[in-house]
Formats: sequence, C-alpha cells, structure tokens
Amino acid sequence: MQEMVGTTGLILNEPLLTERGRKGRCGISLPRRDVEYFPLDASIAGEGPNFPDLSEVEVVRHYTRLSTWNFGVDTGLYPLGSCTMKYNPKTNERQAALPGFAGAHPLLPASLSQGVLKMMYDLQGFLAELTCMDAVTLQPAAGAHGELAGMLIFHAYHQSKGAPRSKIIVPDTAHGTNPASAALCGYRPVNVQSNEQGVLSPETIAAVMDEETAGIMITNPNTLGLFEENIQQIAEIVHARGGLVYADGANMNAIMGIVGVGDIGVDVLHLNLHKTFSTPHGGGGPGSGPVCVKTYLEPFLPVPRVSEKDGRYFLSEDFPQSVGKLHGFYGHVGVMIRAYCYILSLGPELKKVSQLAVLNANYIKEKLKDTLHLPYDRPCMHECVFSDKNQEAEKVTTLDMVKRLIDYGFHPPTIYFPLVVHGAIMIEPTETESKEDLDVFIESFKNVVKDAKENPEMLHDAPRKPKLRRLDETSAARHPCLTC
Amino acid sequence: MRYLPHTEQDIAEMLQVVGADSLDALFSTIPEACRRKNDLNLPEPMTEWELNAHMAALADSMAAAPHYKVYMGAGSYEHHIPATVPFLLGRSEFYTAYTPYQPEISQGTLQGIFEYQSLVAFLLGMEVANASMYDGASALAEALLMASRITRSKKLAVSSLIHPLYRRVVRTYLGPGDFEIIELPYCADGRTDFSQLTSMDGLAAVAVQSPNFFGCIEDLSLVSNMTQGSKTLLVASFTEPLAFGLIKNPGSQGADIVCGEGQSFGIPQSYGGPGVGMFACKKDYMRNMPGRLVGKTHDKDGKQGFVLTLSTREQHIRREKATSNICSNSGLCAMTSAVYMASLGGTGLRELARLNYDKAEYLKDRLCRAGFKIPFAASTFNEFVVQFKPGFDTTYQRLLDEKMVAGLPLSPYYPELTDHYLLCATETKTRKDMDRLIDSLTA
Repeated sequence: MQEMVGTTGLILNEPLLTERGRKGRCGISLPRRDVEYFPLDASIAGEGPNFPDLSEVEVVRHYTRLSTWNFGVDTGLYPLGSCTMKYNPKTNERQAALPGFAGAHPLLPASLSQGVLKMMYDLQGFLAELTCMDAVTLQPAAGAHGELAGMLIFHAYHQSKGAPRSKIIVPDTAHGTNPASAALCGYRPVNVQSNEQGVLSPETIAAVMDEETAGIMITNPNTLGLFEENIQQIAEIVHARGGLVYADGANMNAIMGIVGVGDIGVDVLHLNLHKTFSTPHGGGGPGSGPVCVKTYLEPFLPVPRVSEKDGRYFLSEDFPQSVGKLHGFYGHVGVMIRAYCYILSLGPELKKVSQLAVLNANYIKEKLKDTLHLPYDRPCMHECVFSDKNQEAEKVTTLDMVKRLIDYGFHPPTIYFPLVVHGAIMIEPTETESKEDLDVFIESFKNVVKDAKENPEMLHDAPRKPKLRRLDETSAARHPCLTC
Repeated sequence: MRYLPHTEQDIAEMLQVVGADSLDALFSTIPEACRRKNDLNLPEPMTEWELNAHMAALADSMAAAPHYKVYMGAGSYEHHIPATVPFLLGRSEFYTAYTPYQPEISQGTLQGIFEYQSLVAFLLGMEVANASMYDGASALAEALLMASRITRSKKLAVSSLIHPLYRRVVRTYLGPGDFEIIELPYCADGRTDFSQLTSMDGLAAVAVQSPNFFGCIEDLSLVSNMTQGSKTLLVASFTEPLAFGLIKNPGSQGADIVCGEGQSFGIPQSYGGPGVGMFACKKDYMRNMPGRLVGKTHDKDGKQGFVLTLSTREQHIRREKATSNICSNSGLCAMTSAVYMASLGGTGLRELARLNYDKAEYLKDRLCRAGFKIPFAASTFNEFVVQFKPGFDTTYQRLLDEKMVAGLPLSPYYPELTDHYLLCATETKTRKDMDRLIDSLTA
C-alpha cells in the first residue's frame, strides 16, 4: 500500500478568545471622527459588553490556529452521505465578493439593482430547466426552510380547495427535517416503511393515503442511495385522493439531466444549492433551498417574486394567494450567486456531473462490498449504504471504524443514518473525487476492517492522530456549558 | 471540465469494476418512463475568464459604495469590513467544512462557534446563545414559537415598530398554527404604545424591537415591569447589534428571549443575505431553544474540547417533536461576526457605536437646520425618520441621478406616513458626504 494520507504534524494550542488580549487594544482601524460628540440621553446609555481587546495580529493568529484543527473538502475526501461534499470552486467565491453584489442594499429601487435581479431570474430559469418544473422561488434559506415553504404551499393549496388536511405521509428513510417541517404546518406525520428492496411500494402508500392526508414527502433518490422506482404509481395514488407529492431534492446530484422530476408526478421540489450546486457548507451554513413547483401551485409561492417585463427585472408582490414571506429579504443571494456561476461554468455538462457522481458511488460499493456488509446489494445512485454487521463478532461498531478512518486521513461518512439500517455507514464520494483518491480511500477502509480484526482495542481508542481524541458528549449534555 | 477529474480511461476502468457498459447503463434502475426526454437546455459552459467578464458586468449595474452614497438602513447596514475578516473566513478549513458532527476534526469550527455564542450572550446581556439562525426575521418567528411552547399560549402582542418585513415572516411561520397576533400601535414620539398591555392576559409574549424600525430606542424595562409576575415572556428583537455598544442591552432590561440580525458585524450586505440570526435566552429556557448549540467538554485524555450538544431538542433525533426544523444555519456568517467582534473588542465596539450615533446625530442636526422635520422625538441610533415636503419623490429621483439614495420611503410600510423617509448614516459616511447630501436636498 502507498503511504497513508493521514499523518501528524505540528499543531499549535490556542486558548479561548476571552483568555487572550489586554484592555485597550483594538484590532480594527477606527474610522476618523469628523463630527462632534452629540448629547446622549443618560437613561438609554449602557455599559457595552466586556469583550476581550485584541490586536489585529492576535485575531489573525487566533483564527488561523483554529482553522488548522478543522477538516474541509479542500483538505481531503469528505464522503458524508446525503450532504454532497463536492469541491467548492474558487471563482464562485470571487464573483460573490464583487463590490457591486457584496455592497448591494436589498431595498434599492429595481432600476439600481438590475444585475442581481437578472442573476436571480436566470437562476430560477436554470433550476426550472434542470428539474422540468414550471416555477421557482429562491427565497428559502436552507433545505429545511425549503421544506417549510413546501409544506406551507401544501397547506395553502388545500385551504384554497376549502378542505384543509391533517396528515402527511413520511417514509422511514426521510431526513428528520421532513417530519419537523410538516409539524410546523400542523401536519401529523404518518410513517411508512420501505420494502425489502429499500424502496416504497405503491401498495404501502395506497393503504394509508386518504382524504385527510395532504400528501407525501419523498426523497428521491432516497437516503439508501436508491431510486424510488415506483414514484409515478405512488404519485397517481396520492393525486387520486386529492393529495400532493413533495420531493426532497437533497440527493439531486444523482439525477441531473437524467430524470425530469417535474415529469414523474412531483408537485413541489426543493433543491439544496449548498449540495448539488457546489456552494460551500461553511461549517454548518449558510445554505440555500430553492423550491420548484408545477404551474397550478405557482400562485402560492413566497413573495416577493423576481419577474421580468421588456428586458427589465423587478420584484413583484402581486400574488394574493402567496404563502407570504419566509426571509427578511429575498433569501441567501450571496449563495445564489455562487450556484449561478457553477451552472454557467458547467452548462449541459451537469449531466456528466451526475453520471460521474453515480459512477464513483457504485465503484466504492463494488470495491467494498466484500469487506463491509451491504444491506441492499443493487445498483446505487450517488451514495451507498453499508453497515457494521460483519464486525459484530469483534465488538467493533460503525463509530469505531469511522473514527479510525480519521487516522487514515479521511473525513468519516454519515453514520447511523438512515435509521432503517442498523449501524449504517453512508458513503457519498461526489463526482469531484478522482479514481486514485477513491482507491486510497477504499484501501484505507479495508485496512480499518483489518485493524478491527487484529486489534479491536485500537479502534475503540481511535482516533489517535487529531489534536483531540474522542470527546465526552454525555457530560457535555448533562452539564451544559455554552459560554466562556 | 476542471472540476471533473475523470479521464476516458478512468471511466472505462471504473465501469468495468461496476459491471456497466456505459455511463448511461448506471441508471438501469430508473424506469424508462422516469427518464428525461430531452437534453438539458442550458447555455454552453463559460470559461473562467468569460465568467469574470459576465459577472463584472452584472455587478457593475448595481448601486453600491463607493460610487453611490446609500443612506438606507432598515435592517441592512453599510459598515466598513476590515481586510482581516474576509481573509480569515477565506481559510477553506472553515468554509469547506460541514456541520461539525465529527468533533475530533472540527475543533476549529466548534471553538469558533462556542466563542460566537459567548460574544453574542455578552453583547445582548443574556445567559446563553445558540449557534445561529438564518436571519433576524426567522429568528423572531422561532422566538415567538418558542415562547408559545413555554407558556402554552397562542396569543402574542407584537409591536408595530418591529421591522415590517420581519412581521410578515412571523405571520407566514405562524399562519397555519391558529395564533392570535395583536399589533401594538406607536406613540407620537416614535416608540411603541404599551398602554393596551395592561388589559391583556394570557399572552405568550410581547415582542419589541429596539432600536425599533424608526431607529428609536425603546424602554424595554417598561414591558418587563408590566409582565413581571405573569407567564408572559419579553421577546426583544433587533436589526442593528452595534447599538449595544452604546445603549443598554436587552438582557439588563429583563428580556427573556433576544433575537435579531447580525449582518452589521462584518458581513457584506449582499442584497439582503446571507446574514446571521442571533438568538439568545435565559438559561431556564435553554432546552426549548431552536437550533444548534456548542458546549464545552473534554476528550479521553482530559483535554478541553467542544461538541454539538443538547441535540435531543433537534430534528434529527426528535423528528416531528423537535423544537425547530432548522438544520443548516448561518454558521460561516456567525463565525464572521465573531471575527469582527473579536477585532473590535469591547473598547473598539464602544467607540465605533458612539461614532455611529454621532454621525447620525450630525445628519439629523443638519437636516433640522435646513428646515426638514424630524417627526419623532425619541432618541435614535444610526437611523431616524425625516418628514419631507409633499412631492419629495421628484427630489428623491434627482438625488438618485446624483448617485445618492436619500433613505427609504416609509409609505409602503406605514401608509399614514406619506413623505416620511427613514435615513441612516453609519461610520462609512463622512461629514463631507453628509454636507453634500444636505446641499443637494436644499438645492
């Protein structure tokens, strides 16, 4: 085997900000005072917070040192299933930071914000084309926010028919955000199970779908990395009883240019620009969760909407049936700019993106299926799900194995999700990983499994190479300490 | 394409391992009827250099500093951003990481967010803060949902001087939930009229923004005194956190939940987003909070470290019973605001806040002297309302041509306030800039 990617090196300790600095320092160039002091009413005056005072150098060192304790996509393979940790192109960062965009006030008159409005309008069009849907809102700030928008649209649609509904069908493989978003609209989730092939059967849906049920939330491809092949029959069943079909597009990276989601019975779909469209995850956000709908649901989309007339772009509030506003302004425009640049850089090659994402996942599946237990042995989409069943004898768990994987120089996959697979290991390599890097990952995982057989203790103890070893999460939750 | 590493040979070798004849054959599990009928109709790929030109043209059509002098605040504020802030946030270990589920290799994000939570709690005078929400508006909506869960009441009093767009977001979030929302009117001095509160009982919360939408500073302690002894919570909202370098923070005035927009702290305006929803509360309500929380702990060797904690509140564990559906938040923007707060320090924050106060007071004073009316007498921070003469919109248009945006017209939000404009002056406006504005207004 070639040399392990993971190694150790000099890392510097760094105390908390509050343990640094001296009163009277400042890390910022304070603007010139060219106006006099005006009287300040004593009854409103406060003390100001007791922040530490640091010099510019101290601030730079503090955050530079912190950054070296992190692992990012730019560091190495980050195969978090359902998170689509693809490469984040640098040119996109540059474009979003252009002063005209970065310095734009959201309440400028339309005549002074044509550039950003055109960007938004065109992005809506690109997303509609990619999904075969009819209309798009860019306002939701993240995937779960898009789900909320979708559920509000369901709610408004049924209300407009004069018959509000109380339940929603959610498969057991769904992300936790699905039931949580539905609950915000007062819907009670009805859980349904996937069949032995890992997908939903039309009969299962037919058995629970009724006139009290607003519709179904379905992730396709699902979180087992499998295409819900019965989607059209399921949609027919749901539609026949007056319900709507919501598709969670978290896994869109598998099917761009392959499946027209709008043509297979889906009424509402959300996308994650921070997954499929290469915008960075930022250590937890900001994301962006556009929602695409069919024509008959367009009146319910959030306002304001970006419209165009005679080559001029403007924001329109003229949609009386709209669910309303979801964000203080128009959503995460800075994130939209990055996704727009990504689409402009790839164009029709986005189909190739999905093909290679699926190729990479199937390659890993084939190469590791004799090493790790594969609960559903069939062609996968952009991710594959293994389990720790083969390691039960050694009393080595999924957690132990992925922590050991860190020592080999890889970010762990998503673990213990989806819930339907006990000890799940969900691997999504994405298309931006090369064959050589996948080979090293595969060999490393095989070595982890070998370590598990030969020296299970080492795995219980893993990782050994990062700055910190396993952290005590139980005591963190039992005695919460949330501030310095 | 430079983001796709596969050569033809790689693809051939990998297809062989997988047992597929072609890339198309990888999709054999997708029924024919589900396949897309036509090719993607998207523009041909641009080179990096074409993209630069295309984006520069779009960006150049926007009215922004330094070419334009924009005297508009209303929830999005122009402040200087030190070079260090984007430079440090450009460390790709921060921005290309995911939510820190694997703490051993995410300590940078985790310590950074722990410090963010601490700085936000200090700033707002609260005991705990979360790892961020999407923005100020959704943070307010979540705060009201939280107050409703705690008090088991669906009746809310909301000041009409909370940002009008925030109130619309609240109505959207609360729409399906059968809530009763009572809007509190405003007084002649530009602050909320709380007199109705005495006759209301069973309220889950009273929500007040300070500084309010007119820039006026509210007396939050008035509300906390009124709600004392009842279950009703005081929810304090804000759009300009810089104010708390100068004025009393909401915690010291008895707020139970504090939420607002943190864009002012080093985050570009970006046509309204992404910003960061700051969210803090009293410790008693911690387990009812939405969003992620970072907590301090130790590793196997006893070394200090940080982890995501109290996740039993969250959607991935509790599903439909979670305190919120939020998953992705505004992590990188939260980190940005922390870098900015750390750069300012307590001393710098105080000084910058005072400078902002005085800049706006200077503009207010000059407008008064020039004969324009300041209709609301209450103290303001950064922004204030001006009443111009009827027909001011033609002057407003002329100023646009002179590359000055003379504030935000208020009549779309408050129909009774015709010819009233909300003007903002931060540290980015020089005395010379403001004198030029006055000259043009009086020309």
